[in-house]
Amino acid sequence: MKRPVLIALLLVSPALHAETPRQLLDTFSAEAARAQPGFAPSAQRGAALYRSAFKHSRAMPACTACHTDNPAAPGRHAVTGKAIGALAPHANAERFTDPAKVAKWFHRNCTEVVGRECSAAEKADFIQFMLERS
Amino acid sequence: MKHAKPLQTLACLTMAGAMINARADRLPLPGDTPPSYRAECGGCHLAFPPALLAAADWRRVMDRLGRHYGTDASLDDPTRQTLRTFLERHGNPRLRAPADKSGLPKLTATAWFRHEHGEVPARLWHDARVKSPANCIACHRNAEAGNYSEQDLALPELRGKGD
Ligand code: HEC
Ligand code: HEC
Ligand code: HEC
Repeated sequence: MKRPVLIALLLVSPALHAETPRQLLDTFSAEAARAQPGFAPSAQRGAALYRSAFKHSRAMPACTACHTDNPAAPGRHAVTGKAIGALAPHANAERFTDPAKVAKWFHRNCTEVVGRECSAAEKADFIQFMLERS
Repeated sequence: MKHAKPLQTLACLTMAGAMINARADRLPLPGDTPPSYRAECGGCHLAFPPALLAAADWRRVMDRLGRHYGTDASLDDPTRQTLRTFLERHGNPRLRAPADKSGLPKLTATAWFRHEHGEVPARLWHDARVKSPANCIACHRNAEAGNYSEQDLALPELRGKGD
């Protein structure tokens, strides 16, 4: 393989899958702004989503049931007991970098805990909260 | 299982054991494990060794991921097919797992599993540090690397329980 091709591949391929948490936040914010002009993500609303007891599921009442009250701390699955790495990107650099993984777990965990899909606005708020250092 | 047929039971378990591995303290994931197996089946619990269920039981698990032991583990269809084929290929025909109330197989309830765990005190299965028999890593701290040896037991009160 010629060197320029190799370099181009190295530059391009990670960008196909990996993003930064900030880029993901911008994508969700832009989507939210289409439905809600002037939308700006709020860490405070994100924290409320994170800590609300939705009472939809008895075993998994809130995000904190598995991710603990502190998103920078390691969590534990409420049913299986398995360790879960911290959610906050400053504590766990892998978080919010893979759009497909983020979409899958928002879908699973929102339907499980909240009882419905989370909106783009809620996802943006949530990531804004995750980006804060307390 | 009744106590009336200890020999048959023993023969059965020995055969199941032999099918699993010559040395049961090593159950690594097979060399052809697709990367998606750990990613998709190892987030909520250990990516279980495929030799711990029969192919027919894996098929039942993989055909009902939307209602998975009280949760939703659904996958896109290509990934589901890849993992289903992989799990069926490595299934152990001698292990038949009793089903839970929703009809899904419990690998933690096979005769083999109960035999290997005969010395575990009953209260430990639901100890706060363990929570569930399916939480292999709570007791076998190197289960993700396929290591179940006695030296790798995590809880101090378990040491000395192996044979
Ligand atoms: C029943 C346990 C459980 C609950 C409750 C839960 N999660 Fe999770 N969550 C997980 C597991 C398991 C993972 C993936 C494991 C891993 O990657 O370490 C995960 C991963 C995620 C991810 C992926 C992040 C990334 O980039 O890797 C997001 C986003 C997420 N959860 C959001 C939520 C939200 C929002 C809630 C509440 C509405 C919530 N979770 C409640 C178990 C849970
Ligand atoms: C969203 C979380 C989640 C994901 C993803 C997931 N599981 Fe599970 N699984 C569970 C829960 C919860 C249980 C019940 C555990 C218990 O009872 O302690 C379970 C139980 C099981 C059991 C039965 C264990 C026993 O007790 O004998 C098997 C087998 C299993 N899962 C296989 C899989 C496979 C294969 C995949 C990937 C296709 C997968 N799981 C993905 C949450 C998940
Ligand atoms: C409550 C603690 C506990 C849990 C949970 C647990 N085990 Fe074990 N396991 C033990 C003990 C104790 C032994 C006997 C000592 C030994 O040989 O390691 C054992 C033995 C084994 C052995 C035989 C090892 C040998 O040396 O022959 C295997 C294989 C095994 N366990 C697999 C599993 C799997 C797979 C899971 C999860 C589905 C699991 N265990 C869950 C405690 C546990």
